[in-house]
Amino acid sequence: MALLEIKNIEKYYGNKSSLTKAIDDISFSVEAGEFVAIMGASGSGKTTLLNCVSTIDRVTAGHILLDGTDVTKLKGKALGQFRRDKLGFIFQDFNLLDTLTAYENIALALSVQRRPVRQIDEAVNTIARQLGITDVLQKYPYQMSGGQKQRVASARAVVTEPKLVLADEPTGALDSKSARLLLDRFHYLNREHGATILMVTHDSFTASCASRVLFIKDGKIFNEISRGDDSRKRFFDKIIDVVSLLGGDVSDAL
Amino acid sequence: MLFKISLSNIRRSFRDYTIYFFTLVIGISVFYVFNAIGTQAAYMTVTKSRSDIIALLKDLLSGVSVFVSIVLGLLIVYASRFLMKRRKREFAIYLTLGMSKGTISLLLLLETLLIGMGSLAAGLIAGVGLSQLMSALVANLFEADMSAYRFTLSGEAVVKTILCFGITYLVVMLFNSFTVGKFKLIDLIQSDKKAERLYLKNPVLCGAIFLAACAALGYAYRTVSNGAAYLQPTEFMVTVGVGAVATFLIFWSAAGLLLRLAMAMKPMYFRGLNAFTFRQISSKISTTVVSMTVICLMLFVTICTLSAAFSIRNSMNDNIRSFCPADFELEYAGEHSEEISGEPSGETENGKWLYTDVVKKCDAYDYDITQYFSEYVHFHTYTDSSFTLEKSLGDSFKQIENQYSFIRYDTPEDIVRLSDYNALMQLYGRESLTLENDEFIVVCNFQSMRDIRDATLAKGTAMEILGHTLRSKYDECLDGFIDLTSQPLNAGIFIVPDRIADESYADTDLLIGKYAAQTDEEYAVIEARILKDFDNMRATWAKENDGRRITVSYRLDTKTNIVEATVGLGAIVTFLGLYIGLVFLIACGAILALKELSESVNSLPRYLMLRKIGVEEHDISCSLFVQIGIFFLLPLLLACLHSVFGMKFGMYMLEMFGTSKLTESVLITSLMILLIYGGYFLITYLSSKTIIKGNDSD
Ligand SMILES: Nc1ncnc2c1ncn2[C@@H]1O[C@H](COP(=O)(O)OP(=O)(O)O)[C@@H](O)[C@H]1O
Ligand SMILES: [Mg+2]
Repeated sequence: MALLEIKNIEKYYGNKSSLTKAIDDISFSVEAGEFVAIMGASGSGKTTLLNCVSTIDRVTAGHILLDGTDVTKLKGKALGQFRRDKLGFIFQDFNLLDTLTAYENIALALSVQRRPVRQIDEAVNTIARQLGITDVLQKYPYQMSGGQKQRVASARAVVTEPKLVLADEPTGALDSKSARLLLDRFHYLNREHGATILMVTHDSFTASCASRVLFIKDGKIFNEISRGDDSRKRFFDKIIDVVSLLGGDVSDAL
Repeated sequence: MLFKISLSNIRRSFRDYTIYFFTLVIGISVFYVFNAIGTQAAYMTVTKSRSDIIALLKDLLSGVSVFVSIVLGLLIVYASRFLMKRRKREFAIYLTLGMSKGTISLLLLLETLLIGMGSLAAGLIAGVGLSQLMSALVANLFEADMSAYRFTLSGEAVVKTILCFGITYLVVMLFNSFTVGKFKLIDLIQSDKKAERLYLKNPVLCGAIFLAACAALGYAYRTVSNGAAYLQPTEFMVTVGVGAVATFLIFWSAAGLLLRLAMAMKPMYFRGLNAFTFRQISSKISTTVVSMTVICLMLFVTICTLSAAFSIRNSMNDNIRSFCPADFELEYAGEHSEEISGEPSGETENGKWLYTDVVKKCDAYDYDITQYFSEYVHFHTYTDSSFTLEKSLGDSFKQIENQYSFIRYDTPEDIVRLSDYNALMQLYGRESLTLENDEFIVVCNFQSMRDIRDATLAKGTAMEILGHTLRSKYDECLDGFIDLTSQPLNAGIFIVPDRIADESYADTDLLIGKYAAQTDEEYAVIEARILKDFDNMRATWAKENDGRRITVSYRLDTKTNIVEATVGLGAIVTFLGLYIGLVFLIACGAILALKELSESVNSLPRYLMLRKIGVEEHDISCSLFVQIGIFFLLPLLLACLHSVFGMKFGMYMLEMFGTSKLTESVLITSLMILLIYGGYFLITYLSSKTIIKGNDSD
C-alpha cells in the first residue's frame, strides 16, 4: 500500500458568486521513501495542495490517506497530534521562531512530543551534524544566512522522523549555491534516512533532484514524469521539455 | 460614506478597542461616582457638622478630580496613540488608494467622536448605577439616615464628566490629526518590518546588576522600616529614588536572569512549549522595562493608599470608644490681662499663662458649670519650667535629639497628682495607680514618644521634679491618657505623689465630666445648653474688663465634636483613598493590557507557525496564559513586596490614627485589586487568544 494516497480531492475558495477552483479533482499516490516534486505556474494550486495534505487547509471534496488514516476526517486534538507526529514542514520563508536559537527551534519539534531531554539533545546534535549546521546551533535566525536558516528548518522538519516531509518552495528564497547545498541534504535525507518527501517547486533544477515530478495546471494534474534510471542531466532536460509545453511561465512563477 | 468606514473600522478593530473602551467606561464611571457624592449626600439626613464635612469632602474630591482627570487624560491619549500605531498599515492602504491625509484625519475624528460618545454614554449609565451603590457606602460612613433617600442623578457631576472627558477627547483628536499629518507612506508600509533584535544580555552583568539592585532595595527597605522616625525628608526622597531605580534594574536584569535560570533547568526548559514561553516572557519584559517599573510603582502607591485609607478609618472608629470615655472636657490653660494700649501678646512676661480655676471663676458669677454632670473630675496640672523634656530625657537627650530633630525639647513636662489621676481613671473606668513617696510614673500612649521615654526610664535615673528627687516606679511608660481624643496622642504625663505638688506650680485647669442624660434628646439639650452658657460666660468676662484686655486660653472638647471630626476624617480618607487607588489601578491595568495586546499581534506569525508544526491548541493557550499571567504578576509581586515595607513606614506615619484591623484593610485592598487588575488580565487573555487565532483579515 502507498504511504500517501490522494483520491479525487477538490478545493474551492470563495462564495457562490465568485468561486475559485484551486484544486480540481486531483488523484495520485506516493510510496514510502519516494521523493516527489510538484511543479506548476503561480496560482496553479501547488500550495493549496500541500496545505490540504498537511491538514492546514480542508479539502472541499475527496480523501487523503496517510499511512491508512483519512486525514480529511481528523478534528481538533487529533489534528494537532497528526501534524506533530506524522509530518515535517519546510516553508519557503523558513518559518523559524525568531526568539529561539537554532538548537531550540529544532528541539521544539521534539519537546512538543514530550520527549526526554537526553533524547532531544542527541537527536538535535545528530541531525545538525548531518545537515552541517552544528556551528550555527547557538545562533538566532537573524544571525544566520538564508541557506543556514533553511537547513535549520529542514532539520526541525525531519528530526522527529516523520512519515512524510512536506516542503513548499524550500529553495525559493535561496541563492543557487545555497539551494544546491540544501538539495544535496534533501537527497541525503531521502536516501540515508529513507524520508518520504513531497516538495513544491517552480525551479526545474530543484525538481530534477526528485525521483518523480508532477505537473499541475489550473488545479489539475497536467503531466507526470519519473526519473527512472535517467541521469540527473537527462531528467532535467525532460522536465524542461514539459515546462515549455506548460507555457514556459513556470520558472518565473515566484 | 466616511461615517460608514469609521463604523466598520471600529467594528473590525473591536478587539483592540475592547480594552480602550473598557478603560474609558470604568474611568468615566469612577469619575462620575466620586463627583456625585456631594449631591447624593444632600439627600441624606445628617447633622450640621457632618454636612460641613460633606461640603469639605466635596471640595477635596473636586480638587482630586483635577489630578484624576489629568491621569485619565494621559492614559486615554496614550491608549489612542497606541491604537494609531497599530493601524499604520491600514492607513498606508488608504493612502496608496489615494485617500488624502485630510480625509484620514476626518475619519479618525469621526472614530474618536463615535467612541467618545459611546463610552461617555456607557460610562455615565454605569456611573449612575454604581453611584446608587456608593450612596449606601456614603450613608454608612456618615452614619446617615437613608430613609429619605431616593434614586439620584447628579446633574453637576454629569456636566463635569462630559466637560472633562470632552476636553480629553479633543486633545486626542488634535494629537491624531497631528500624527496623520506627519505620516510618510514609506514608513507606514515598512512599519511592521522592523524586526526587533533579541539578544541575551551578558549573564554575569545581569547577575551583578540584579544583586546590586537587590542590595539597594534591601537598603531602602531597611531605611524605611527600621528608622522611620529618624528619616529626614531629603533622606526619605533619596530612599524612594533608590527604590525606584532598584525596581527598574530588577526588571532590567530579571528578563535575562529568569531565562538563564530556566535554561539551566533543561528537563523543564525542553518540555512542551516551555522554551518558547520563557523566550516570549523574557523578550516581553526586556522591551517593557520602563512601563513595568512605572506600573510596579503605581501599584505600590495604590496598595499603600488603599490599605492605609481603610485602616485609618477602621481604627478611628475603634479608637473613639477607647480614647473618648467621657462627654465633656474643658481645658483652661489660664488667662492674663494687660493695658488696652499695650501690644497684644498671648503670653505673660515669663511666658506662662496665669493659672485660673475655671469652676471658681464661674461660681464667682453665680454660675455652676458642673450642674449638668452626673460625674465629673476637676483638677489641674503642674509644670516646672526647669523640668523640661530635655531634662526628663537625662543622659539620652543628646542622642535622641540627633535622631528626632523636630521635637521641641524645651517644653515643660505636664505633671499630675496621683489622687487627681486616679479620680479621673475612676471616671473613665480604667485602672488606678499606686505610688511610694519618692516615686513617679509616666503615662503615655503615643508610640514614638513611648519609645523615646522608655529608653530613659529603663536606666532608672533619678529626676528632679517640683523640687523633689524621684525615681520612676517602672522601667517603662504605662499606657494611659487624660485628654479626650480620637487617637492615642498622649506624649507623656508625669504622675507624682500628692505631697510634692506645690500649688505655685499649678498650670492648667481641667474639667472633665459625663452628662447627666438618660436619653439622646436630653444629651443633645444638655450639650447645647452647656456650650451656650459657657459662651455667655466668656462674653460677660470680656465686658467686665476694667479697661484691660483679658486674653484667655482654653480648649473645649465634647465627645460629639470628636466623633464628628473622626467620622468625617475617616470618610474623607476612605473616599480619597478609593478614588486615587481605583484610578491608578485602571491606569496600570490598561497600560499592561495594551502592551500585551500589541505583543500578541506581533507574535501572531509565531503562533501560526507553532500550529503548523502541530502544537496543540491547548498547549498554545496554556503558554499564552502563563505569558500574560507572569507579565501581569511580576509588577504586582514586586509592588506587594514594596508595600510590605512601605506600609511599615506608613504605619509609623499613621500611628496616631491607630493601625488596628490592618489585615482587614489589606483584604479589602486585595479584593479590589483582584477585581480590577484581574479583570484587565482576563480581558487581555481572552482578547489575545482571539488575536493569535489569526483567522481574521488582519
Ligand atoms: N485563502 C484563499 N482564498 C481565496 N482564494 C485562494 C486562497 N488561497 C489560494 N487561493 C486561490 O487558489 C488558487 C491557487 O493558489 P495557490 O495554491 O496558492 O497557488 P500556487 O501555490 O501554485 O502559486 C489561486 O488562484 C489563488 O488565488
Ligand atoms: Mg505557492
